[in-house]
Amino acid sequence: MTWVNDVIQGILLGGYYGIIACGLALMFGVMRIINLAHGDIAVLGAYLMYLLLEHWNTSPFIALLPVLPVMVLLGYFLQRLILQRSLRSGMLTPLLATFGLSIVIQNVLEQSFGPNVDSLGGQAGSIVTSAWQINSEISISALGALIFATAIVIYGALQLFLSRTAAGRRMRAAAEDPDTAELVGIDSRAVYARATAIAVGIATLGGLALALRTTFSPYSGPDQLIFAFEAVVIGGLGSSLWGALLGGIVLGIAQTIGAQINPEWSILAGHIVFLIVLISPRGGLLTLRSGRGMRRRALARGGAT
Amino acid sequence: MTGVPAANRAVPRSAIQRWTRVSLGFTSGFGVLVVALAFVPVVMGASVVQDLTSLLTLVLMAVMWNALAGYGGLVSVGLQAYIGLGAYATVWFALHGINPYWAMVLATLFCTVVSIPLSFIVLRFRGAQFAIGTWVVAEAISIYVSFDNQLGAGTGTSLLQIDSYSPTSREHYTYWLALGMTAFFVVVVFYLLRSRLGSSLQAIRDDEQAAASVGVRVVAGKRILFILAAAGCGAAGALTLANILFIEPTSIFSVNYSAFMIFMVLVGGLGTFEGPIIGAIVLYFIQQQFGNDGTWYLIGLGATAILFALFLPRGIWGMLEQKTGLRFMPVGYRVRRAAIETDGAS
Repeated sequence: MTWVNDVIQGILLGGYYGIIACGLALMFGVMRIINLAHGDIAVLGAYLMYLLLEHWNTSPFIALLPVLPVMVLLGYFLQRLILQRSLRSGMLTPLLATFGLSIVIQNVLEQSFGPNVDSLGGQAGSIVTSAWQINSEISISALGALIFATAIVIYGALQLFLSRTAAGRRMRAAAEDPDTAELVGIDSRAVYARATAIAVGIATLGGLALALRTTFSPYSGPDQLIFAFEAVVIGGLGSSLWGALLGGIVLGIAQTIGAQINPEWSILAGHIVFLIVLISPRGGLLTLRSGRGMRRRALARGGAT
Repeated sequence: MTGVPAANRAVPRSAIQRWTRVSLGFTSGFGVLVVALAFVPVVMGASVVQDLTSLLTLVLMAVMWNALAGYGGLVSVGLQAYIGLGAYATVWFALHGINPYWAMVLATLFCTVVSIPLSFIVLRFRGAQFAIGTWVVAEAISIYVSFDNQLGAGTGTSLLQIDSYSPTSREHYTYWLALGMTAFFVVVVFYLLRSRLGSSLQAIRDDEQAAASVGVRVVAGKRILFILAAAGCGAAGALTLANILFIEPTSIFSVNYSAFMIFMVLVGGLGTFEGPIIGAIVLYFIQQQFGNDGTWYLIGLGATAILFALFLPRGIWGMLEQKTGLRFMPVGYRVRRAAIETDGAS
């Protein structure tokens, strides 16, 4: 029965990884770049809420309301000022620029808040402590369930946005082929800025989830980036939006089962599952052999058949 | 590359030039410099020797990161895996009765061997995925090492066996090893880039699919660079251990090493041979000046890296090279048209 509980806890943990991975997957899907500062941006969001709560005695959920638009705006300018310029000079530059940004954010946070760990869990009230006891082995924490439900809502909303709205269609078009999209009048720069703004907004929600469920420090960002990336890759890198959530759940289950065997193995178990998925022939749970991918692969092999 | 337009072929007496007088001078100058540096411990004090050891280690790291990113197009945020492995393997070999300096050489070979199977995993990634994929490998190795009680687990370990040498001879041997390793890897990269492989590597970096279509063995070329970078970083890790004597998993496997490598190469000049050496010297002086300022120092490094990536992607050396046409270390080809231009190309 403990295994059943581990799997349930892993799924709930996977909800958190799904949230963190969502923005990373969106930016990769739309712009083909991986934002190495993604985890640090989530932590920055958490610190902004922490800052508000220092001066304003309220719930972290209320503190999210002013922080979220600020972060979304930040995402917009991140794209306009840094990423757009770096996109022009090839594949490597966005990586180098966002890695530099990651170092800057971490150290600015340490300079401002000190190296200690903090948490917002204490100010969130009963949701952090309450749980549903199913039986002697299985209990579901209210916070875990809330985070998981939030993940489902985020993915559902993003899917609806991408499939049903005009802005979403433009985003898919620019992702598929920016040059052709430009021909039919889509400003890919505006689309990219919007995608980055959404990604940073979702990362902020991830930052809140992180701050509620555990502690965070100025240097928590890289770990969150790695978990997010593992979730995206396990789910089949960019092949499907929901893949990132599924990957997050697989990662969460791997970590809780690893921790059950030996508490120290939790993170390592996640890394190992990631590497196993990577060396497996399919390389991702939901990797679809799309027509475009097939053609590209055939080209890479040099076969014109 | 083979499709030279007919008009160019008609130019009389054009020749492919690999050495210019300047580059010939500087390449032999490099040899003289290495020999001269070897005598530094004889004439200079301990602090100079120690400083030069850390500078040489920085040069080694920068040259390795640049070989991978600048010539293979593989940006990695995970080469600290081999820095840490090199250091820990040195401790392990020394624990098993091997002379600490031979242990450093063995550790370098160990990193070379370990990187071969790992290359099959991480080279499945391309672009940005490679960057984080290698980072995950580094994290996994770091956690694995921190389980090993023999190696001091999470709290760290030191190279006790090196105490059998007097402090002075220890510094000298470490310095000579650093000089030898750095010179060796610089020369290996130099010959690799001048070889046929060098041209194919640059073709891969510029356009992988086009390179594959003219018969360049893309993956094999990348694998050679990856293994070379792993070996060089392993050596750099062993040298770091010899210089600071105490290591713990979180510091020797720290992603900050990647930050330093990226900074040096970006500032010096990504994809240029001389750039990373210049970048290492720049970082060395910044460390001397601001290294104690902690967070502000790192904020400065990160911000500078962003600015160089965005506005000066070819770095200091790339800019100089473009403006002046100077090439100290000839790793490329240049076409000289004797009939049209006079011998002012250098």
